Amino acid sequence: MNVPLVLFWVFGAASLTAGLLVVTSKNIAHAAFYLLFALVGVAVLFLLMAADFLALVQFLIYGGAIVVLLLFALMLTRIREGPVIVGNSQKPLAIVAGLALLALLLSVVFVTPWPKPATEAIQRIEVPVIGESLFTDWLFPFEIVSLVLLVALIGAIVIARSGDD
Amino acid sequence: MPEWVESIIRVAIAIGFVLTTVLVLIWLERKVIGHIQQRLGPMRTGFHGFLQSPADAVKLLVKEDIIPAAADRWAFQLAPALVFVPIFLTVVSIPFTRTLVVRNLDLGLFYVFAISSISIVGIVMAGWASGNKYALLGSVRAGAQMVSYEIPLVFSILGVAMVAGSLNLETIVDAQRGLWYIVLQPVGMFIFLVASLAELNRTPFDIPVAESEVVGGPYVEYSGIRWGVFFLSEYANTFIISALAAVVFLAGWRGPLLPGWLWFLIKTYAIILIIFWFRATLPRLRIDQLMTFAWKLLLPLAFVNLLITGLYLVYDWPRWILFVASVAVLAVASRLVYVVGRA
Repeated sequence: MNVPLVLFWVFGAASLTAGLLVVTSKNIAHAAFYLLFALVGVAVLFLLMAADFLALVQFLIYGGAIVVLLLFALMLTRIREGPVIVGNSQKPLAIVAGLALLALLLSVVFVTPWPKPATEAIQRIEVPVIGESLFTDWLFPFEIVSLVLLVALIGAIVIARSGDD
Repeated sequence: MPEWVESIIRVAIAIGFVLTTVLVLIWLERKVIGHIQQRLGPMRTGFHGFLQSPADAVKLLVKEDIIPAAADRWAFQLAPALVFVPIFLTVVSIPFTRTLVVRNLDLGLFYVFAISSISIVGIVMAGWASGNKYALLGSVRAGAQMVSYEIPLVFSILGVAMVAGSLNLETIVDAQRGLWYIVLQPVGMFIFLVASLAELNRTPFDIPVAESEVVGGPYVEYSGIRWGVFFLSEYANTFIISALAAVVFLAGWRGPLLPGWLWFLIKTYAIILIIFWFRATLPRLRIDQLMTFAWKLLLPLAFVNLLITGLYLVYDWPRWILFVASVAVLAVASRLVYVVGRA
């Protein structure tokens, strides 16, 4: 029995199920909890592909921070008193946008030249290698991302403070 | 014996050890704080109250399991497990000695932070699911506090990873041959201890569970063994954080004469006692003071520490310069706290 393959199917299925529950669940706090399970499932998939650093980053950033921030924002609003499901005239537009995004992501899967055929064993990439390539080959994108995050941070502060004075 | 059987046995032993340690820690804290406050602490059950914790545990086990009518049932039941499981998973990578470790992970240091961060969701979930306004307020406080302090916590340890050139806890201990990192990274250790107190929701950062303000915070509706699991996780986390500090800053099992595991326990318990001492000594902070402290002092301090450590590595400074610079940074920072606190 191929244990990693079984684990892949189990966690892949769990992650997909949780993902479906995120969008179908009627209670928005439950949706946030399901999101945690979906993200942790993806982290386990990363682990199975020997990307242990990425898996831990997934745990720390998505599990520990993003979901908590989401819940935090939910709790500051009155979730229990608001409408359970929001449906409005933008629905068809949202469907089109969602399908377009799906097509884009799927096309990326097929267009990307993968370094190795799926039958070969996966090589584990050490953390120093990731660090080095981030600061050499990918330095420019890396800095752009930092700048975008900084702008978002400053923007959030400006918007939050604009009511004061 | 197949490898997976051995792994399971190792994990079981580690979890059993931590569970036993938790019982000892609860007794120890009550005794230590009792004596600091000129009291005796538990005395009746067993020798100097040593059997008080097992007795309490049995009491919690047989208590009625109450789920409030207003609670969100499955989230309420799941939350204790979501706090408990990640914390006990982190034991896997803590090296007691070179051989006494469940698994020596290459990313051991990062692993502990990444996995334990999941338990924040459990606390927030507990508070939300209780259907109680005090629980909700407490969990909002917990979420804000723990997310804020996680950032300085991770940055504080980054300096150690830079000096040791590794995230492997065994390599980090080996790199401290002759000189413990408390000397090279005093700023890192300071930030680590303060930020982990906040992560543990312990005094002076016990704002999420402040009895006089939000009754018991996220745990107010919990009783019996579900409450016991939260309590257990908190003390297990105290042990793990202290063990991690002992490994990373005090060279873990390294030391003369005594066996390695004993050195490890001595160092770990030294840090645990400091944490208990804080609880008996310091008053609780206000929430705005707490946030200001994290974002305006600890985080910049962590950045300065990274900068100094980076300069030390790039220009190959002698070690004493890093030590002197770190102490100077700490001195300036404490002066700043005083001046800003007065203004």
